[in-house]
Amino acid sequence: MITRILIASGMVLALAACGEKPQGMGGIKQDAAPYTGVGKSQYVQGGWTTGDKGSWEQQLKARAQYGQNDYSRASN
Amino acid sequence: MARMKFICDAERCIECNGCVTACKNEHEVPWGVNRRRVVTLNDGVPGEKSISVACMHCSDAPCMAVCPVNCFYRTDEGVVLHDKDVCIGCGYCSYACPFGAPQFPSQGTFGVRGKMDKCTFCAGGPEEHGSQTEFEKYGRNRLAEGKLPACAEMCSTKALLAGDGDTVADIFRSRVLRRGKGAEVWGWGTAYGSSNGGKA
Repeated sequence: MITRILIASGMVLALAACGEKPQGMGGIKQDAAPYTGVGKSQYVQGGWTTGDKGSWEQQLKARAQYGQNDYSRASN
Repeated sequence: MARMKFICDAERCIECNGCVTACKNEHEVPWGVNRRRVVTLNDGVPGEKSISVACMHCSDAPCMAVCPVNCFYRTDEGVVLHDKDVCIGCGYCSYACPFGAPQFPSQGTFGVRGKMDKCTFCAGGPEEHGSQTEFEKYGRNRLAEGKLPACAEMCSTKALLAGDGDTVADIFRSRVLRRGKGAEVWGWGTAYGSSNGGKA
């Protein structure tokens, strides 16, 4: 009788482990570089090529100058 | 390209809170969470100065150093981002940050903070760029759309500058030369290293 109870409780404990979710450190997910773009979207600014790091950087530099440097805008 | 940086020109900021509104609107930031805010020093006293404050994406970010689960990462552009799936909402980053950038939604029961939220330099997070998941967790990814942060682009007086460190430093330098004052860049030394001073 005692053996049966021990086996039954052992099985219950073993089954309980099946309900546990893994809690390991998964780490940070990979993040793609911004110049890879967002795909097809109505919000994408034109003037640069998706996937081309150089053109993306130029786009941001030009945008910073035009949008934020009011001295250069005033002289145009 | 150098790294992405923010500069707030205290000589120009008029405390309109346009940057705060632009940020909240662009990313649909929930009530009670302010990724950006405007702080006024000596409020009401003649000569008061206002500055727009958010995550400065520090070169040696204290939040990254203290995070017990290493949820932070820095992109090649120098933008400090975090993974909300890894964040446990402990709040250590909030204590470590000299700018008070980390925000917590406090929606959980028993005063649980919830996942940390902060300025992303409009660069989203570790989800598919432009996806709904990225938008819901981190907001819009304007950098991947070829744009600059909404707060700076919406700033009416162009007090808040954002973008490539060399470019924004050049813009600020030309202003200082023209007006002959206001060379102090608030938070620059703390965020990007005092040895650099006002340089990029």
